Amino acid sequence: MKMLNGKTLVLAAVGAAALITGCEAPPPEVVQNGYRGLGMQTNYNTDRLQASLDANVPPEPIPAATPGGPKAKDVYKNVQVLGELTVAEFNRLMVALTNWVAPQEGCYYCHVNEGFEYDGIYTKVVSRRMIQMTQTTNANWKDHVADTGVTCWTCHRGNPVPEYVWTSDPGPGQPSMIAPTGQNVAAKSVAYASLPYDPFTPFLMQDNDVRVIGETVLPQGNRSSIKQAEWTYGLMMHMSSALGVNCTYCHNSRSFYSWDQSAPQRTTAWYAIRHVREMNNDYVVPLSEIIPDSRKGPLGDVYKIYCTTCHQGAYKPLYGAKMLKDYPSLAQPLPEGGLEAVKAAKEAEAAAAEAPEQQAKAEQAEVPVPAPAEAQPAQEAAAPAAEPAPEAQQPAAAPAAPAAAPPQLRYPPPSMMQYPPAPLQYPPAPAPR
Amino acid sequence: MAEYQNIFNKVQVREPGYPGVPLPKGEMPRLGKPVFNYWIGKIGDAQIGPFYLGFAGVASLVCGFIAIEIIGFNMAAQVNWSPIEFLQNFFWLALEPPPPAYGLSIPPLGDGGWWLIAGFFLTASIILWWIRTYQRAIALGTGTHVAWAFAAAIFFYLTLGLIRPVLMGSWGEAVPFGIFPHLDWTAAISIRYGNFYYNPFHALSIVFLYGSAVLFAMHGGTILAVSRYGGDREIDQITDRGTAAERAMLLWRWTMGFNATMESIHRWAWWFAVLTVITAGIGILLTGTVVENWYLWGIKHGIVAPYPSDLTLQDPSLLQGVSQ
Repeated sequence: MKMLNGKTLVLAAVGAAALITGCEAPPPEVVQNGYRGLGMQTNYNTDRLQASLDANVPPEPIPAATPGGPKAKDVYKNVQVLGELTVAEFNRLMVALTNWVAPQEGCYYCHVNEGFEYDGIYTKVVSRRMIQMTQTTNANWKDHVADTGVTCWTCHRGNPVPEYVWTSDPGPGQPSMIAPTGQNVAAKSVAYASLPYDPFTPFLMQDNDVRVIGETVLPQGNRSSIKQAEWTYGLMMHMSSALGVNCTYCHNSRSFYSWDQSAPQRTTAWYAIRHVREMNNDYVVPLSEIIPDSRKGPLGDVYKIYCTTCHQGAYKPLYGAKMLKDYPSLAQPLPEGGLEAVKAAKEAEAAAAEAPEQQAKAEQAEVPVPAPAEAQPAQEAAAPAAEPAPEAQQPAAAPAAPAAAPPQLRYPPPSMMQYPPAPLQYPPAPAPR
Repeated sequence: MAEYQNIFNKVQVREPGYPGVPLPKGEMPRLGKPVFNYWIGKIGDAQIGPFYLGFAGVASLVCGFIAIEIIGFNMAAQVNWSPIEFLQNFFWLALEPPPPAYGLSIPPLGDGGWWLIAGFFLTASIILWWIRTYQRAIALGTGTHVAWAFAAAIFFYLTLGLIRPVLMGSWGEAVPFGIFPHLDWTAAISIRYGNFYYNPFHALSIVFLYGSAVLFAMHGGTILAVSRYGGDREIDQITDRGTAAERAMLLWRWTMGFNATMESIHRWAWWFAVLTVITAGIGILLTGTVVENWYLWGIKHGIVAPYPSDLTLQDPSLLQGVSQ
């Protein structure tokens, strides 16, 4: 019996240790976001949440510029995107940009001594394109960024290159006789699962189908394989860790594919995937030619955008802090007349909404708001292309042609690596019986 | 009197090592002199050896060795033969089946061909080992219950790696050889085919699996508990019930109203174990071949609980004028 007691004690100690390590010290904070009993909830470790809240605070806004005054395009040379701003607003934005992107390096990170209009430094061409990207995002992708919008700070946070970026990952070097599978190493990108470690190239740059689940009771020709499911799974692991949420933030886990049971956040995420894909293909990748090799991945592709770039562990970047409202010049591509024209158009829209319904219908067809806003970037891109100094023409050509084909990835690179999305291919259709 | 109220074996029989019943004519001899190990005796029989190898045993070990070598070297190649990275990534590494695009054709060695070869040798090894368990049972003059239980597990193994991939027309459907990768595969097949939670054979398999554990605990606990009345002679007491059997049965009749017998409890255990893998195999066999989405199948057959929904989302890809 004495033996029994000794062993019981040991067992109890082991059990208690297991219990302690299995539980988290501060009880998690739980946010319910679906019908009760489904586990549709987000769990937060309160300590880590506080740390994340502290890390995701936007900087104080710069005091608003005095209204009125000459336009930037009339005072400065080679202002292609922000020319319609007043000089005061333009300079305010330049100061903000410096604080957001290059606080250490200052103005001369993007400008050179030869003159501030000089385009010969790649960072200037890149930042112009990035401003256009921000404006387009805020104007056209409200399904993703809502009215909160994004600014340069959302991603950059004081770094010239945002901290969280990705490049195509060929994985560890392998002998050439082994075809890479793109998975099965301990990878942070997929939360240390053995899932494919680069789900970004196929889904956030190429447009492979994320959907793999059959939507019929019986087989009716869906040839997606289990391996494809693993690629999708990898992307979802990334989204989950990027946003600091679990699967059930968007999905009812009993049926991942069903939209009728998903949380509304899933719609936002659906647009987000398309948005990120567009940003990478139309804005980031075309800059490859001018970006130096030091800012490229092992396969020679530039640093690109994924969910973590902006979200950085928060379900909304900066926990939804509305930075954009202080910088209206980033809210849309600037139409003729600058911010005042934007304001006037908004007021006209509001007036139209207030008017009786029939009238509103008639007016909306005529309200000229969206037309100039959309036409402008095309004009802007085309018109000044001829103006800049001759040295600037080559780099400037890249952003002017967003539709250009993305540069080819250089593979196999010297170390015999290959980029591996072979498992994304479908199995051949079964032979008819 | 032996005492059984403890965690490890208290009884170790130490007589001259028992070499086993005489072998039938023409059989290879058993090898080695029996040795005794005190610590092994704590968890099992203290006697180790003599060993019987035989043709099936040797062939099985050789095939198994080849399979494990192929898997191991492919894993090592994945980390460019770095021993340190091999150890670091060991739980992540795998030998993957061919990409789905190859269908059932023979892929290049480095793109799934090694998986096929490793699978062949592993299967050969397992089947040879089954032959061994069967032959040894016959040689000892015992029944072949263990061999048939093992055969049920082999059916499940073949379903996963051979039968279902062939029915689906793609080796890529099969399970990778690797620790975490085969677990990720398990999650992925459930997601791809609409949630195994609604696969009734999956449910049955879980019932039998968990049931096996419960039966194991109930039986082990009961027999140890009545061993002070001679319950350790449980097979004797099938027909010749003593007070141990009566007390054991009365315990369960009192606590849950029904009891097994000294015979039937072993049938319960055998069938639960065997049905675990048989139902699991059927569940896998139906997935993708007969049923595409188990959740929708569950709705069709009324086993999915409806939940009220405040708002019903629409698939944005079906909306007009949305950029894809």
